[in-house]
Amino acid sequence: MDLNFIQVILVIIVAFFAGMEGILDEFHFHQPVIACTLIGLVTGDLIPCMILGGTLQMIALGWSNVGAAVAPDAALAAVASAIILVLGGQGKAGVSSAIAIAVPLAVAGLLLTILARTVATAIVHIMDRYAEKGSFRGIEVWQFIAICMQGVRIAIPAALILAVGAGPVRELLSAMPTWLTDGLSIGGGMVVAVGYAMVINMMATAEVWPFFAIGFVLATVQDLTLIGLGAIGISMALIYLALSEKSGGSSNGGPANSGDPLGDIIDNY
Amino acid sequence: MADNKIAPTKKVALTKGDRIAVWWRSTFLQGSWNYERMQNGGWTYTLIPALKRLYTTKEDRAAALKRHMEFFNTHPYLASPIIGVTMALEEERANGAPIDDVAIQGVKVGMMGPLAGVGDPVFWFTVKPILGALAASLAISGNIMGPILYFVLWNAIRMAFMWYTQEFGYKAGSSISEDLSGGLLQKVTKGATILGMFILGALINRWVVVKFTPVVSTIQQAKGAFIDWAKLPKGSAGIKEALTQQAAGLSLDKFKVTTLQDNLDQLIPGLAGLLVTFLCMWLLKKKVSPIIIILGLFVVGVVLHVLHVM
Repeated sequence: MDLNFIQVILVIIVAFFAGMEGILDEFHFHQPVIACTLIGLVTGDLIPCMILGGTLQMIALGWSNVGAAVAPDAALAAVASAIILVLGGQGKAGVSSAIAIAVPLAVAGLLLTILARTVATAIVHIMDRYAEKGSFRGIEVWQFIAICMQGVRIAIPAALILAVGAGPVRELLSAMPTWLTDGLSIGGGMVVAVGYAMVINMMATAEVWPFFAIGFVLATVQDLTLIGLGAIGISMALIYLALSEKSGGSSNGGPANSGDPLGDIIDNY
Repeated sequence: MADNKIAPTKKVALTKGDRIAVWWRSTFLQGSWNYERMQNGGWTYTLIPALKRLYTTKEDRAAALKRHMEFFNTHPYLASPIIGVTMALEEERANGAPIDDVAIQGVKVGMMGPLAGVGDPVFWFTVKPILGALAASLAISGNIMGPILYFVLWNAIRMAFMWYTQEFGYKAGSSISEDLSGGLLQKVTKGATILGMFILGALINRWVVVKFTPVVSTIQQAKGAFIDWAKLPKGSAGIKEALTQQAAGLSLDKFKVTTLQDNLDQLIPGLAGLLVTFLCMWLLKKKVSPIIIILGLFVVGVVLHVLHVM
């Protein structure tokens, strides 16, 4: 599918917002389910892009910027793969190969993120000089520039893919054999586990592993929706807190890795 | 607050408008995130409306900006109570209270660690996966409510949380840091962790897809246990008859094929996905980069598919 001038501009604006949010982490324009849907909306290819966004969102559930760690770049993955999906013109059929492209892009995006955060170090040194002078205006301007730099981080790659155009993108996609795309979508089913594993490693303690087991087993009941499971989870948390209060103070575990028996087994394996 | 402080020369107080301006700016806290002092630029930017109100001379303003350009990093939403407390401290300082730079930096550093410890499990590991999984499953089935629901709910929760915790911090002032080291913080963290682990267990079962295709056994079924396609009436009547028979529990094929997956599912559905998750946890603890694991899983998927195992 070829895009007209206005659509190209709108796609680049969406990319810019996704890039900004990739660092801000507030409005969540960079989350695949939002970013892909927005690109689908402005290009008129709404449903396939939304399905792509939903699928990528599943993979990206556990990707978070914790502390100084940098998560794989959901923004670049979502924006670039959605553009490729639209340009490829395969509709829903193109979703699985777009996902296969998205993951290497998320990795490539990491490098851009690290680069941008390094450039930001120079920017805060400029801010230091304005602080010295007591200039509010200078700090505001450079904060604005830093945010725009993060937007450009995604907008430029998006513009590049748009510039290359539909032809080469389509050739690239049709050149992929089915054993590769099928295999990649099988891999995609398993990749979700990595995000969960990261989160569990951070939260798990001996005390909370039973709740994991209950959640796992209850989820086999297909009639229970996620909202239903959420209600059960909240109730159990409240019950547990109330009971441990009655029995006179609980151990102050917190989300540390200590006292994590399964983790220790895995550790010592 | 300012009302009950006796200031020798002047008395300045932050208005609600100032606090709303600060709240809005705290949205951009991470805009200049950098490897040296992390959120410091965004932090200073956020406080500017308050500092503008409190300090009028150039020297005071420069000093205030400089002390806030120090290292700062926490969860972007849990910065709000710290911003509130800092505004209260700055207000008292501007009115002559003996609060020095070290005290302000101390409160900031003292609060940012524990609060990040609340924000990460609550927002990143509980609210985001739950809303994300809900939105994603709607979006995959082609329902536009998925993305809309995610965007509206996420931002409503976030904005309300940031405003009320900032106000709470501002009103509680310096006493908040004592309160936070008490039991409430630990209870919130523990509750969030329990909910998070529960949901993680459920999500792994539902969404980590591992299917093994090798056929374990092929058994010919007894007559009457499968649909006899040759004896069906022609045309749409045949389709109707076939569907009726299937609904009655008849098998589609003459042979009952049992795959490795069926056997595993008899233990508990989702077992293979759980094992993959444990493998990932082990690899992560061995300091294998998540990126390597992700790429490795794709390679495994392709190789096993080519070998007809998956």
